[in-house]
Amino acid sequence: MSAIETPRVPTPAIARPTWLDRVRARPNVRTAVAAALPVGFVTVLLFVPYVLLLVQSFWRLKGGAITHELTLENYQRLFGTELYPNTILFSAGVAIRVTLFSLLLAFPLAYLLAFKVKRHKQLMYMAVIIPLWVSYLVRAYAWKIILGQSGILNGLLLSTGLIDHPLTFLLYSRWAVILALTHIYTPFTLMPIYAVLEAIPPALKEASQDLYANRWQTFRRIILPLSLPGVLAGSTFAFVLSMGDFLAPQLLGGNDSALMVSNLVWSLFGVAYNWPLGAAVSVIVLLLTISLLWLSTQVEKSMNYAGESASRDRREVGMAGRGV
Amino acid sequence: MTNTDASLDLDKLTRRHETFTMPILELRRLTKRFGDFAAVDDLSLEIAAGEFLTLLGASGSGKTTTLRMIAGFEPPTSGDILMAGIPIAALPPFKRDINTVFQHYALFPHMSVRENIAYGLRMRRVPTEEREERVGKALAMVKLEQLGARSPRQLSGGQQQRVALARALVNRPRVLLLDEPLGALDLKLRKEMQLELKHLQTHLGITFVYVTHDQEEALTMSDRIVLMRQGRIAQVGTPRDLYDRPASRYVADFIGETNLLPGTVVESAGGAVALRMGGVTLRGLSDCLLAAGSEAWLTVRPEAIALSDGAAPAGHNAVTGTVADAVYAGSALRVHVTLPGGRRLVANVPSGTVTTPGAPVTLTWPIEQGRCVGD
Amino acid sequence: MTAPASDRPTVRPSDRLTAALWIIGGLVFAFIYLPLVVVILYAFHDASIIAWPFQFGTLRWFGALSHDRGMIEAAVASLKLALLAVAIALLIGVPGAFVLDRYEFPGKTAFRRLVLLPLILPGIITGVSLLTFFSFVGLGLSSGFPLIPGWPVVLGHAAALTSVVITQVFARLQRLDRAQEEASQDLYANEWQTFRYVTFPSIRTAVLGAGLLVFTLSLDEIAVTFFLIGRQNTLPLQIWGLLRRGITPEVNAAATVIFALSVAVIVVWARLMREEERG
Repeated sequence: MSAIETPRVPTPAIARPTWLDRVRARPNVRTAVAAALPVGFVTVLLFVPYVLLLVQSFWRLKGGAITHELTLENYQRLFGTELYPNTILFSAGVAIRVTLFSLLLAFPLAYLLAFKVKRHKQLMYMAVIIPLWVSYLVRAYAWKIILGQSGILNGLLLSTGLIDHPLTFLLYSRWAVILALTHIYTPFTLMPIYAVLEAIPPALKEASQDLYANRWQTFRRIILPLSLPGVLAGSTFAFVLSMGDFLAPQLLGGNDSALMVSNLVWSLFGVAYNWPLGAAVSVIVLLLTISLLWLSTQVEKSMNYAGESASRDRREVGMAGRGV
Repeated sequence: MTNTDASLDLDKLTRRHETFTMPILELRRLTKRFGDFAAVDDLSLEIAAGEFLTLLGASGSGKTTTLRMIAGFEPPTSGDILMAGIPIAALPPFKRDINTVFQHYALFPHMSVRENIAYGLRMRRVPTEEREERVGKALAMVKLEQLGARSPRQLSGGQQQRVALARALVNRPRVLLLDEPLGALDLKLRKEMQLELKHLQTHLGITFVYVTHDQEEALTMSDRIVLMRQGRIAQVGTPRDLYDRPASRYVADFIGETNLLPGTVVESAGGAVALRMGGVTLRGLSDCLLAAGSEAWLTVRPEAIALSDGAAPAGHNAVTGTVADAVYAGSALRVHVTLPGGRRLVANVPSGTVTTPGAPVTLTWPIEQGRCVGD
Repeated sequence: MTAPASDRPTVRPSDRLTAALWIIGGLVFAFIYLPLVVVILYAFHDASIIAWPFQFGTLRWFGALSHDRGMIEAAVASLKLALLAVAIALLIGVPGAFVLDRYEFPGKTAFRRLVLLPLILPGIITGVSLLTFFSFVGLGLSSGFPLIPGWPVVLGHAAALTSVVITQVFARLQRLDRAQEEASQDLYANEWQTFRYVTFPSIRTAVLGAGLLVFTLSLDEIAVTFFLIGRQNTLPLQIWGLLRRGITPEVNAAATVIFALSVAVIVVWARLMREEERG
């Protein structure tokens, strides 16, 4: 069998290495060239700003102007005045409630989607996720329309005669904020829970029932423990994001909004013009967030089931805001 | 003749006419370390043009790492790789006249079969007309003419493997590297492909460097085998060399099936060795230098052993034991015999032989069929 | 639970449980969508105050929208900003993902963690950090060419959103078969050719998806934008300004348009991701 050659073309000579090849072969050169742009960019535009924030928290505000003198007075004020720890605690309180409610809402829906929906599962999941992509602002202010004094809920209740006067407590309170934040973050919480539940092989459920466990026991002993990494991831999201949220409190919080830590930072960098103090508060929030996430990762590591890295990958993607 | 004179190649139809006075590939003290671990340790080897050389070894023996260094995917920690005398270790893979058939084929999923095969020619800027012609011939060579437009996903494992082969060979490399290409195929297909590859190599005259852990495959296909162990060469030789005259216990154990009897060297002279095992003296041949008093092994292949009821004929070794098992294997009967002391021997005897489990039996084999080796 | 002895049909407890689950799930689903439905509905409300009851029937708010210069300029600014952010984020993020996937260097773990920070921290913190940085460096908030919204806000968006590109592309790179790239180099393609003909086609959908994601996130970005914006508002900030003055259905109209756009984007993105799975 005559094979692949054609007599016309000369075969190439054996190449010799050039100086460029030798340089190219050195791993350090390749790394430096490739990493220069991204690492440089991230260093200048992320690392430096965060560090600067930290540094600024140690600067003194003198006579309304920011100086570069180093001082601890911002932190002293922070820990000394009751206002600031209270704010953080209040925000944490709101965040905990949001997290809890989101979990209570998200879990059943996630369970339903993962186990009970047979057809068009992808489509339905997409339908649940879509609201995440719609403007956050819109979703927050929608509640303003609904809960206001002359809003829709009041209008509905008035017209059906259930109440005589419009309810005023609905809007401009912490409960409005909690409601709105729950609404916004429930799909967020749902994503990792769904991902983890989806990953449970149906054979596990069948094995459990084969070994005489009824549905409740199967749920409690098999499904629930396996869903914990997702629950943990979802709760951490919801907590961290709602604690740092500032839009919903501003729109819906009324007087209570002043107690949210993000609004504090907002005003310190805005109207109240005390950047160093604002920086100090931000640093505290930053440290809190990072420790929480680290804690969450540690706990997740100890729950080292087969799906661990899968939920972490999805979490990282999901953290990109709305990743599916 | 050296290969740098392009005009001489114009008349050549196949590589077979290109002859080298020096080995086409030489590995000189090649070493690859990952941290403290030496995957390849001071390896030196010459590969002749046109030969089918197999790097054989267990996983972790360094055979794949060596192949990857030849291809250029792994830079050596120290040592050199020379192609016809020219050091190429600093060259990136795309400048080497070497092509690789990958273990899992690595076909480009977003290109058709034709486009896959044409890739190397495209990168080398071969004119379209010639490119199409060569791709067509390559498809014909691996008998996949009808499947040119398909995507790799639509092909079976065996077909993918042949596309990978065509993709490499269409470039007429001087050396073809094959990284366990038949591992994913089922047994029957594998045996067919082994023969096909061997015929292809002989016909084309391209140097093949083949990596496998399957010693039977190596014995079938190779002109020479390099048995590797922990980054070093355990033995280099023709298949017959490794099978009949293993250099160590490791080689004897790795290649084919064999019996290994440990003993102490009593005398060693002129290639003949006497070993004392238990109360018995056994004799065999040896290529190694075995000092008297040292520990050594006698290896003898099961097919060399015969069953007998009585004494051993002259020029034969004899041991007695009890029959533990007789396993029918179609073409032969494999008799497992337990020796006093616990050692087991396996003898391949004609399948009609009658044996009684538990009965005493004498095993005999010609002295020259047994070889003594060190560790 | 004993098996029923007769042929009488029994309602198994599990069926009731499942039914309850469906009801709860449906309610949660409704909860997630209710506010959106309300907003969209009231974009067609035939009165200038949003109140109950709903009076259907007018498109005049959309008309008002198309004449609202402030809105339109804000929308254009948002678009420009988003496109620039996508361009920079892809330019930095794709190489960044490769660097994370393939190279080792001192500080790599720090780089990796740093890249994730904007995604996990409240946006306001990233915003004030960048504000501090730009004022320290002396870059005015409105500085830039007349056509660009201003360097600080562009760079701020890029900085915050590069992380999205890096995580998405990195995840895709991890699943890539490295042997294909080796095969390409084995077949005489140098690094750039290998990237162009073999690697990029494989990660193309991930890159596109990441780009879409960055685009959407940039359009909706408020926290970082607020602190870094110059004179020209972006769309979310414009809407927010309106909100403070009192809500007319015009805002609803704007929200409906945004919603329609977002759904379009997510449909495209979902298609891309499904192609990803198959590819």
